[in-house]
Amino acid sequence: MSPKPTLEPASLPHSHGPSGEFPGLDERWSRLVTAPDSAGVSRTWHLLDNLGLLEEAGRTPTGTILAVHGNPTWSYLWRSVLAAATDAALSGEAEHPVWRVIAVDQLDMGFSERTGVDRSLPERVADLGALTDALSVGGPVVTLGHDWGGVVSLGWAVDHPELLAGVMLLNTAVHQPENAPLPAALRLVLQRSLLAASTVRTTAFLDTTLAIAHPALAPDVRRAFRAPYRSTARRAGIGAFVADIPVDASHRSFAELRRVSSAVARLTVPALMLWGPRDTVFSDRYLGDLLRRLPHADVTRFEKAGHLVGEDVPVAPMMLAWLADNFTVPGKATAAALTEVPDSPAPHTAEPAFRPLWATLDERFDDSSAAVVEMAPRGAPRRSGIRTVSWRLLARRVDDVAAGLAASGVKRGHRVSLLVPPGADLTAVLYACLRLGAVVVVADAGLGLAGLGRAVRGARPDHIIGIGTALAAARTLGWPGQKISTTTLPSPVAAALGVTRSLPQLVRLGAATAAPLRGPDLARSPASTVGVGAGEEEAEASAEGPAEAIADTVAAILFTSGSTGPAKGVVYTHRQLSALVEVLRARYDIGPGTGLVAGFAPFALLGPALGATSVTPAMNVTSPKTLTAHAFAQAAQAVDATVAFASPAALRNVLATPDALTTAERTALGRVTTLLSAGAPLPAPLLQRVQALVPSASIHTPYGMTEGLLMTDITLEQILEAEAEAEAEAAGESGAPPAPVGVCVGTPVDGVELRLSALDELGVASGPLSTEPGVTGEIVVSAAHLKDHYDQLWLTDREATRGTPSAAARPRTAAPPRTAQRWHRTGDVGRFDSRGRLWVEGRLPHVITTATGILTPVGPEQSTERLPGVRRAAFVGVGPRGTQQVVAVVEPTEPTEPTRRRTRRPVTVAAPELAAEVRRVSGVDVVAVLVVAELPTDIRHNSKIDRSALAVWAAAVLAGGRRQRP
Amino acid sequence: MRVLVTGASGMLGRTVARTVLESGHAVRTFQRGASSIEGVQDARGSVTDRGAVTAAVEGVDAVIHLAAKVSFAGRAEEFNAVNVEGTRTLVEAARRAGAHRFVMVSSPSVAHAGLSIVGDGARAADPARARGEYARSKAAAELLALEADGPGFSVVAVRPHIVWGPGDTQLIERVVERARRRRLPLLGGGLALIDTTYVDNAASAIAAALDRAAEVHGRSFVVTNGEPRTVAELLAAICGAAGVPAPAWSVPAAVARGAGGLIERVWSVHPGADEPPMTRFLAEQLSTSHWYDQRETRAALAWQPSVSLDAGIERLRLWYATAPADRLF
Repeated sequence: MSPKPTLEPASLPHSHGPSGEFPGLDERWSRLVTAPDSAGVSRTWHLLDNLGLLEEAGRTPTGTILAVHGNPTWSYLWRSVLAAATDAALSGEAEHPVWRVIAVDQLDMGFSERTGVDRSLPERVADLGALTDALSVGGPVVTLGHDWGGVVSLGWAVDHPELLAGVMLLNTAVHQPENAPLPAALRLVLQRSLLAASTVRTTAFLDTTLAIAHPALAPDVRRAFRAPYRSTARRAGIGAFVADIPVDASHRSFAELRRVSSAVARLTVPALMLWGPRDTVFSDRYLGDLLRRLPHADVTRFEKAGHLVGEDVPVAPMMLAWLADNFTVPGKATAAALTEVPDSPAPHTAEPAFRPLWATLDERFDDSSAAVVEMAPRGAPRRSGIRTVSWRLLARRVDDVAAGLAASGVKRGHRVSLLVPPGADLTAVLYACLRLGAVVVVADAGLGLAGLGRAVRGARPDHIIGIGTALAAARTLGWPGQKISTTTLPSPVAAALGVTRSLPQLVRLGAATAAPLRGPDLARSPASTVGVGAGEEEAEASAEGPAEAIADTVAAILFTSGSTGPAKGVVYTHRQLSALVEVLRARYDIGPGTGLVAGFAPFALLGPALGATSVTPAMNVTSPKTLTAHAFAQAAQAVDATVAFASPAALRNVLATPDALTTAERTALGRVTTLLSAGAPLPAPLLQRVQALVPSASIHTPYGMTEGLLMTDITLEQILEAEAEAEAEAAGESGAPPAPVGVCVGTPVDGVELRLSALDELGVASGPLSTEPGVTGEIVVSAAHLKDHYDQLWLTDREATRGTPSAAARPRTAAPPRTAQRWHRTGDVGRFDSRGRLWVEGRLPHVITTATGILTPVGPEQSTERLPGVRRAAFVGVGPRGTQQVVAVVEPTEPTEPTRRRTRRPVTVAAPELAAEVRRVSGVDVVAVLVVAELPTDIRHNSKIDRSALAVWAAAVLAGGRRQRP
Repeated sequence: MRVLVTGASGMLGRTVARTVLESGHAVRTFQRGASSIEGVQDARGSVTDRGAVTAAVEGVDAVIHLAAKVSFAGRAEEFNAVNVEGTRTLVEAARRAGAHRFVMVSSPSVAHAGLSIVGDGARAADPARARGEYARSKAAAELLALEADGPGFSVVAVRPHIVWGPGDTQLIERVVERARRRRLPLLGGGLALIDTTYVDNAASAIAAALDRAAEVHGRSFVVTNGEPRTVAELLAAICGAAGVPAPAWSVPAAVARGAGGLIERVWSVHPGADEPPMTRFLAEQLSTSHWYDQRETRAALAWQPSVSLDAGIERLRLWYATAPADRLF
């Protein structure tokens, strides 16, 4: 049992020691306020409040942030919010709302009174209400809570609807899901014998909580957090808080928690959640629960942050930005007026009609021709030959799997993570999920296990369908969701992996229950859905058909490659994927009868939607460079392919292995009319060698990204023409706009609009959206087939739509108006040439900002790589932005004898002759040319150099740091 | 204007005097020996001699103050007497004599503590943190000169960083002589990035500060070529221009710093004839980066360097090719 609590009055933190003892805490915020508590007894609170400073400066608050700390912290947790809100208010920018911040120390916590009364949740919520009454807090109020304080703040929120304007939450929870055990860390603390010992008698709980910051708290900050809890008597509140966690329905706080959590689900005010997933207690599971209650919330998960997310990440400026977005001062110019987009040279074509992705499957449900061909089917015996799946079988399997999934509890809106390699199985499961309205989550195994795990866990799937190895990882690493295996596993194995079903079992289950789905059902023939005698409203709603009803719901979350930071989940609706299919069909004339070699996963999955016969070559799909010329040609031969997709790495390997081709295979390749390669730039000479293999093909290198898979397109002939023109232009008269550099990716495909947002001298894309040629800017795209938003990355969304009409029309609800044109900042930098072609010059974070202007590295790198003896080159900036110096790092071709000794060193300064040559051909005043044996590249593409990391390395080496490898 | 240039016997002082003269001002020079510059009036003496100083400033409108004791080693009192007290004497005398502009030629080392400098601007001089007696005394001198800034007396501090050029005895000849004897190692592979100032650029910046004194008074400006290079590349270029072998061996930077510190301590007890071969300060200078943000300097002084690093090296090559061999020793 807890020791008998001792009573102590409230006090001011700074009365306990010198002001330096609380770094970041302004003494002037601190005040003591006496108010009745829930029982009507007069209690004294310590709280932080910036009202005095605001009034002193003559600013009247336009709203109040009411901040409630959790256990075992105190209002010190919110010091950065007070500082940021006060600074913003006093900076004098009139259009900004002025926020008063009140951060309380809950009773028996921090420097508030030690009351000796056991307080549980109902009292805590009522105590806070009594305090705000005493303070005469008026609206609008935005609550802010962390940990158990999140629940208390939400309790206050649901009790004050007339004042409430918004809620902000950091790692918290309002509900313990049934059938889910309490987090282990908490179970341990809750053991009766341990409770008092860990929380009150010793500082173990306090210390553990403070020790989990990422990175670790500074010693003085940690001391400040500990300051109010120095004696056993002062820690009684910590123990009481932990004991107040309702483990089951018999707990005294259970009813109140249920009251709050149900009421929260009825809140419609703006909500913000900033989450640190590295939390052993308030894990992603609780974020998922909160999001089900507040589906309109803006969420950002900070992959590297944990429970003390407010200490790990600078959350205060983000909160203020969010508040500014959501609470404008009356009379302020609307954002839309500032973001008008100039007229498009190619007017936006009408949005294509919505056609469900599975429509082709329905149309061809009785077609016995091939839909999917696998050259090396997974799971089949070795050398068992090609597997061909007909449209009829595929359509039936999709129906069966969908029915089986539905029978296994997969519902519309559920997230289903697919850890299945491309092929017929994946195709069937994918279309089954889409048809059910479940959200497919697709992450590439190329992310590596750690990256894949972050992606899967972060997406919080309700179900995981995977191959054995994936499910083993899911088990070991504790990925959430019901587990379904692709093949039926022996029952002990299935039990060990927590697998409840297999795909074959689903198919059997589905076949037995699929009767309602089979045949011409509602989804299949929309015309039949207008019920006779249906009310007018109903008839109107169903005129579009049930398929139309899911058009604007989420269909898929595709993860980015993660080559630039943690992989991001990209959210697509059914309508957006349908638009993508239409764009591909129109651009490349892919349709029924087209044989399609699918060497590139994202497009491969769309084969059935396009009506094409897709074939997966024999290769390790997670490693594109395992595609051989032989495998490529065999696949083409199998389906009489006319269209082929292959990644750049795959094409490089195809070129490296052409000798093995038979005459028949060469003939098959000769029938290919369209070859597509996307993902990374390929130099024209290499494409010319590819052309020799596919003599009749038009070679395309489209430009796109996970967020918008097809934005521009160009053929090899057009590349050569553009490069020749650029060279002529560069040699031409001065005064003309600078000749383009980088990679020419052509012009936008139909329905895509391109703009550039010019970079300023600090490399910030601050310019208005423009089509002006010769200006370097961030590439901004708009299309019907663009992503909807990022998953749980409100901040990233905000940046990706900054300064575009999308920012003004940012969806506040799950279903934005369909007509809203969406824009996306790609993070790529480029330029238009005088003929409207786009040249990509690299990534925005890689732009170098020198005192004489910005420099994009790709052009100088290309020039340098043409020097004899240079295999690869990277240009990076060192020093403060705006006055950076340019450094070239080169990787030599085979080291010649005199340089071999040099390259044994981790890094050397280039010989003067080479340095002079690099300066000459690049035209850049490079301060140093460094030589390294190998430039580090990403595993996935084996071509992208991480210039940001290289810049950090170069800066360290040139500043006199350790001489080490990059 | 009638301009007094102190310290005109050194390479930079000489060039400044000529530059100011060429831009149409009347120049008087002040140093211990003869300046041997055509067209200037010579006033001879030391800044430690109050009488000589008073005579030198008589009738001038402006002063450019370069005279200083420059050395890697030496006693604090010597540096103070010349650099701090000499500056004080000169500032007071100039103001009394009715001069209204004063350009204090200082050094970037007055504001830095031996850490690497990566694109910094000109921070305030700080005698407490500056390293070495020279930097400490120059910091104090710059502060007292800027303190004298006020209505009718515009003071500007200019800090050229590593000035070099043909005939330079401070850096170039030491490097060349050691390289010739193959006693010039690189520290840490010579990877440290260092910005330097070709002498003509330093001189034109100082002249620009004189012109712009009324607008930019009270401020300090670091001046460089704005073309940082690695130590290895700089030394190779200098050695190449002088026709001596470039350094081919490298000493780990930490070893050099340690050795420098040791030699420094021994030297302070048993001073050698000349300067110590390596001081901790020098080792740090040669193994950590030193380059500066030049945007503010160039905008405020309305000045651009006119001789690029490559052009400067070329002039050095010509100088070595035509200079009598005996001048090298």
